[in-house]
Amino acid sequence: MAMTDALHTHHMHLNMGPSHPTMHGTLRVLLTLDGERIVGAEPEIGYLHRCFEKESEDHTYTQVIPYTDRLNYVSPLLNNVGYCMAVEKLLGITVPPRAQYIRVIISELSRIMDHLVCIATNVVDLGALTNYWYFFNVRELMYVWVEALTGARLTNTYTRIGGVARDLPEGFAKGVRGALLEMRKAVKDVMGLLRKNRIFLDRTRDVGVISREDAIAYGFTGPCLRASGEPYDVRKAHPYLCYDELQFDIPIGEVGDSFDRIMVRIEEIDQSERLIHQALDKIPDGPIINPAGRSALPPKHEVYNSIEGLIRHFELIMFGVKPPVGEVYSYTEAANGELGFYLVSNGTGKPYRLKVRPPCFALFQAYPHLIKGSLIADAIAVLGNLNIVAGELDR
Amino acid sequence: MSQAILEQLRARFGEAIIETHNFRGDETAIVRREQIVPLCQWLKATPGIECNMLIDLCGVDYSERAERFEVVYHLYSTTQKHRVRVKVRLAGEAPQVDSVVAVWPAANWFEREAFDLFGITFVGHPHLKRLLTFDEFEGHPLRKDYPVNRRPKIPTPDPLM
Repeated sequence: MAMTDALHTHHMHLNMGPSHPTMHGTLRVLLTLDGERIVGAEPEIGYLHRCFEKESEDHTYTQVIPYTDRLNYVSPLLNNVGYCMAVEKLLGITVPPRAQYIRVIISELSRIMDHLVCIATNVVDLGALTNYWYFFNVRELMYVWVEALTGARLTNTYTRIGGVARDLPEGFAKGVRGALLEMRKAVKDVMGLLRKNRIFLDRTRDVGVISREDAIAYGFTGPCLRASGEPYDVRKAHPYLCYDELQFDIPIGEVGDSFDRIMVRIEEIDQSERLIHQALDKIPDGPIINPAGRSALPPKHEVYNSIEGLIRHFELIMFGVKPPVGEVYSYTEAANGELGFYLVSNGTGKPYRLKVRPPCFALFQAYPHLIKGSLIADAIAVLGNLNIVAGELDR
Repeated sequence: MSQAILEQLRARFGEAIIETHNFRGDETAIVRREQIVPLCQWLKATPGIECNMLIDLCGVDYSERAERFEVVYHLYSTTQKHRVRVKVRLAGEAPQVDSVVAVWPAANWFEREAFDLFGITFVGHPHLKRLLTFDEFEGHPLRKDYPVNRRPKIPTPDPLM
């Protein structure tokens, strides 16, 4: 102690990001350092701000769907589902059972892929590259089936207001089950490398701890909240689609540190796998879009052969579906937590106001709280398992 | 469930509750802006209501109304598993409302975002500055009188040497 008092010392500022591989996109944090210890942190966001909400006010409800792909670009299908459910709530229409099951299947598949990316990149930040290849290999197998279903790998734009765009392709169930089997092996391999790995445990245990009370106060949702011990999951607390017909559990952590956040995600991969198998078993036949909701485009033979069909098609394309005047807040469990859409309608074909509640907005806000007092290297390790995706953070 | 909250709110705050409504199952209370902080504290602390989580906070611009701006609070209770939406209406070109950061720390960035995009001042906010746009940005982009296609002036960075 006497030594440090005698030495001349002052705080140093360090700019982390926005262009740095460990900053997961375009995040910037201005760190105040005492040696290598962090005494202050000031995050700055907005580098990926692209006026999503303003643009939405100038587009019809259907035209907004492609924009939602770009929110959390690691799991775009979850955003598609969340947005369409908000418009359906505003319109007061229901989705046919088959479309609900398809939505559950693609949601859970996206959740698995999102968690795989999150864990894989997080352990790369800790210096473990092998796991990354294990996870990205199986993610690729799933992408094959996402592509077969939606026609795109990343920007899917798959859901429609009142249903989904296409029915499942041939061999989908078998292919997805095969991919899940490979994923099981990959998770086993990665866990074999991590579970008793001294470096991994030292770098994640008791690092970036947030208590249950603090997590709630900061508005945490999703795996990060559950890692702190609060069993809040929208799928259980307020079931939507057909989640109440399926069996699954909510994994929770105890400490709320990096280790718990990673392990909760690993467990959630298992639960999502359970959900997909059940949904593939139980999926009913039937229509994939609700024609009575007047939000779906009429079938092509009606457009070409009847004047009513042609007018209906023209009206939907030119003016969009017109919900009644009102406002709704619709929320789903996305991979990072509660993804909310607050929609205000003034009765026209375009949203009067669309507000996205991105889950990682609240998570990144608490980032200084999580890293104060720790080392720079720990700050990198914590950022990875918060899973901040700049696309939805900045909108 | 949430309907009971609205009744309790009206019983406790009376005149401060301007209007309540329920659309598609979303219970909403529009309250006087002076009462927002005590009301939020009451919603958070009262047993049986316990809205311990601020899920979302955002601004809305109804440019044709006299009270042009609205600040919308979405609250959730992890213990009671219910939600309620609270709104305040603000008038004028420089709208002001008290900050709720002291009630929920989560409000910090959400209020900064509303300040940035709508120009709503949150009195008592510890660090009210722009969040998504840059400091030199002119105007508030989510206001209805801000044109969709306007290109903002990008500031020239200072030379390094």
